[in-house]
Amino acid sequence: MLGFLARRLLYLVPVLIAVSLLTFLIAALLPGDLAYTILGDQATPEKVAALRHDMGLDQPIWWRYLSWLGQVLQGDLGRSFRTGQTVLQAVTERLPVSLELMVMAELIGLVIGVPIAIACAVRSGGAFDRFMTGSAFGMLSVPTFLSAILLIYLFAVELRWLPATGYVPFGEDPAANLRFLVLPALTLALAEWPGIMRVLRSDMIATLQEDYIALAKAKGLKASRILFVHALKPSSLTLVTITGINIGRLIGGALIVETIFALPGIGRLLISAIFTRDLIILQGVVLLVAAGFVIMNFVVDLLYAVLDPRIRHGHA
Amino acid sequence: MATLELGIEGDVVVSPVRRTRRLGPLFWAAIVWMVAVVAASAFADLLPLPSPTDMDMLERRAPASALHWLGTDGLGRDELARLIHGARVSLIVGVCAPVIGITIGGALGILAGYFRGRFETLVVGSMDVLLAFPPLVFALAVTAYLGQSILNLTCILGVLGIPAFMRVARAATLSLARREFVIAAQALGATHARILLRELLPNVILPLFAFFLLGVAVTIVVEGALSFLGLGVPPPTASWGGMIGEGRESLEIAPRLAFLPAFAMFLTVLSFNLVGDTLRALTDPRQGAL
Amino acid sequence: MLSVEDVSVNLPTPRGNLRAVDRVDLNVGAGRTLGIVGESGCGKTMLSRAILQLLPKKAMLSGRVMFDGQDLARLAPERLRKLRGRSLAVVFQDPMTSLNPVLTIGTQLIETLQEHLELDGQAAKMRSVELLAAVGIPAPEQRLKQYPHQLSGGMRQRVAIAIALSCEPKLLIADEPTTALDVTIQAQILDLLAREQRRRHMAMIIITHDLGVVAGRTDEVAVMYAGRVVERAPTPELFKKMHMPYTEALLAAIPKIDAKPHTPLPAISGRPPDPTRPLRGCSFMPRCRYAWAQCQIEKPRLEPAESPDHQYACFRPINITAAVPA
Repeated sequence: MLGFLARRLLYLVPVLIAVSLLTFLIAALLPGDLAYTILGDQATPEKVAALRHDMGLDQPIWWRYLSWLGQVLQGDLGRSFRTGQTVLQAVTERLPVSLELMVMAELIGLVIGVPIAIACAVRSGGAFDRFMTGSAFGMLSVPTFLSAILLIYLFAVELRWLPATGYVPFGEDPAANLRFLVLPALTLALAEWPGIMRVLRSDMIATLQEDYIALAKAKGLKASRILFVHALKPSSLTLVTITGINIGRLIGGALIVETIFALPGIGRLLISAIFTRDLIILQGVVLLVAAGFVIMNFVVDLLYAVLDPRIRHGHA
Repeated sequence: MATLELGIEGDVVVSPVRRTRRLGPLFWAAIVWMVAVVAASAFADLLPLPSPTDMDMLERRAPASALHWLGTDGLGRDELARLIHGARVSLIVGVCAPVIGITIGGALGILAGYFRGRFETLVVGSMDVLLAFPPLVFALAVTAYLGQSILNLTCILGVLGIPAFMRVARAATLSLARREFVIAAQALGATHARILLRELLPNVILPLFAFFLLGVAVTIVVEGALSFLGLGVPPPTASWGGMIGEGRESLEIAPRLAFLPAFAMFLTVLSFNLVGDTLRALTDPRQGAL
Repeated sequence: MLSVEDVSVNLPTPRGNLRAVDRVDLNVGAGRTLGIVGESGCGKTMLSRAILQLLPKKAMLSGRVMFDGQDLARLAPERLRKLRGRSLAVVFQDPMTSLNPVLTIGTQLIETLQEHLELDGQAAKMRSVELLAAVGIPAPEQRLKQYPHQLSGGMRQRVAIAIALSCEPKLLIADEPTTALDVTIQAQILDLLAREQRRRHMAMIIITHDLGVVAGRTDEVAVMYAGRVVERAPTPELFKKMHMPYTEALLAAIPKIDAKPHTPLPAISGRPPDPTRPLRGCSFMPRCRYAWAQCQIEKPRLEPAESPDHQYACFRPINITAAVPA
């Protein structure tokens, strides 16, 4: 197990370095003079030059990268010139929102997708199976913002059950917090459940044809036990991977939903950083998001080993 | 696959696996819709429609009439004309961007899968790194800094698609490169270029094309999302995403303004997905579709 | 104990209807062992699945499977479930695939005990250890926590046997129990099965393609070909005085230790018939060296020879003292 861990870590490090390099390069190469932007209408050639020198913008690029990397490794990701917050502060402020949204979305997606997948696998080829599989396919063709509009129209405009926009932190008012998050989480979940359902369904269909399921039946075990203990566990490998990757992807990818529903999450932070040309925030947050994604993949790999003992013992 | 050999003993699952997937009515319906959309957008200028950008402030959000077959939008522009011109924009971006992806990504993938070794690790590693970045952020950053235009949008979306095409091309190449016809060609002294172009490429192009169609669907969605936020195709050019975004304001009064382009987009994306998925199932039977 | 009466199994396939099992009659009494022998594709595994009611969804079963007085084919699912694992047990061919790879051996043993005997955790655990020891697995307590892939092939099959025996079944069906194992282990496993059967006075069915496996270890043998039973006899008699040309050919194809070196092995030429296109006459006819006109037109039925225990289905049997009808 330790050998497995060590090998995966070894791969992780160069990827993280590459990610940091790419993030820096993108931010550095975007057109527009950062110093100029910061000074705004106070810019004069002398002030711009002075600020550039202060910020080290006149140094060669590799020097700037290394010094930035050095700062990052010491925990200093920079400070927004617009709000004065450090990147870390901005992120920690917004992260809980995005996190809560992500987790809710994935949970709802699982709650919808897993039972449907099991039901389809048990009676594969039947009417229910074909209907659900078709629906899943159709659902995949519905863009997120479309579901958002539909849900808003249905629940906020017509039925008036739920609010269309807004946010309240959980600490302040849990009930209101959940009310504000239901529609956005549901929007995301509608995009997540087809993938979950398809993956689990096909894995389960394959598993149910295995010999050990036949033996479990021959042993006279209850159908529920065969389904949930014998069949579900070996089939859930791909599902776990997908869920992990989804959550990792959602960290930076719930942009659209956050914008539509006006949630103060990481996505909105990124968008505002882009438009206010706040490159420091942009750089720092993108780095965190990308690194988070890579680390999430790493964790998923570990979970794989936990779920399938054959991988743990190097037998897979 | 479906042939029941005599070794039916043991763990046989007698499920009627169809050897060839019949192209059902849904498939053809999708093709029809795709053709219709392409034709409509290609001949948009020839159609007897009002201009999509002419505003008529007195006729805002008007219902369907003889002059405006589907009514007008929030600024009095003809809805049908905007729908059709929007189709054009979506298709242009939707098709051209994956072209970038398939040429560059496909080439990289085939080369990586064929030559293996360090080159492959480098290519795969860099694609992995690219994939770690939230793609929308990329796209937004580019459009924000370099300006919103159809060209910029197409380019950035094309670049973002490269890793995915690389993966598909590489996977297909890996499975083909070990087959006999490649080894035979090598034994006959064929150069790398010849093998790549004459043996591998024709075989890899099929799964790649299936993926291309899926890529078109995804691109239409992403372009739609960006335009929806006002950050994609610049106004006043009509685009489905933009129309949906504008229609959002009028949800209470005239929901059709949002739902008509939404429906059009859904049908188009669904068609491309269906055709692409069917083709993928046909050309790569291991990766069973639904 | 078990009486298979006129059982047929039909499978619809894209190539036509497949008659996997064709009107088979068999029975096994308590404490007796029946061997079912046949080459791949003869329907023996389908027959075992038919008995266990584990046929694929599309298969159609006709006939009766009387077990302990009840027709398994018509039993309510819940009552069938209670019988399975308890009175009716099975050991499959490949223990690597028949044991669940992500569950421990202990779990797979204990769950059967808890389901049918309603033992609590502790008692089930103790009994599992006893069972593992009884089938000859060293260090049984440690094994409970291990996974199937951590054991050798022979050990895994012993575990499968332990699971099958755990609730004291009245009938054990062993479907090619040694085919996936090394030759050296095969004898051990067969001995283990025989020993346990004697101890528990169980009825047992051994399904195999290897005549050597049934020799000396079964009381009765049924030879199957193309979905039918073509000969059935008490074991010693079958080997001494077989009547079916097919049985004779099978025996002849076994390499003999006392044959001269480089003696060509008389393999049976040809292949078993395509089950989706059954022949009008005897299924073995294309490969039989005694075949004549009648064999092509009519299917021979299973009929007793001199003694009622010994039955065969052939128009030109061998070793028959009575004259062959002209």
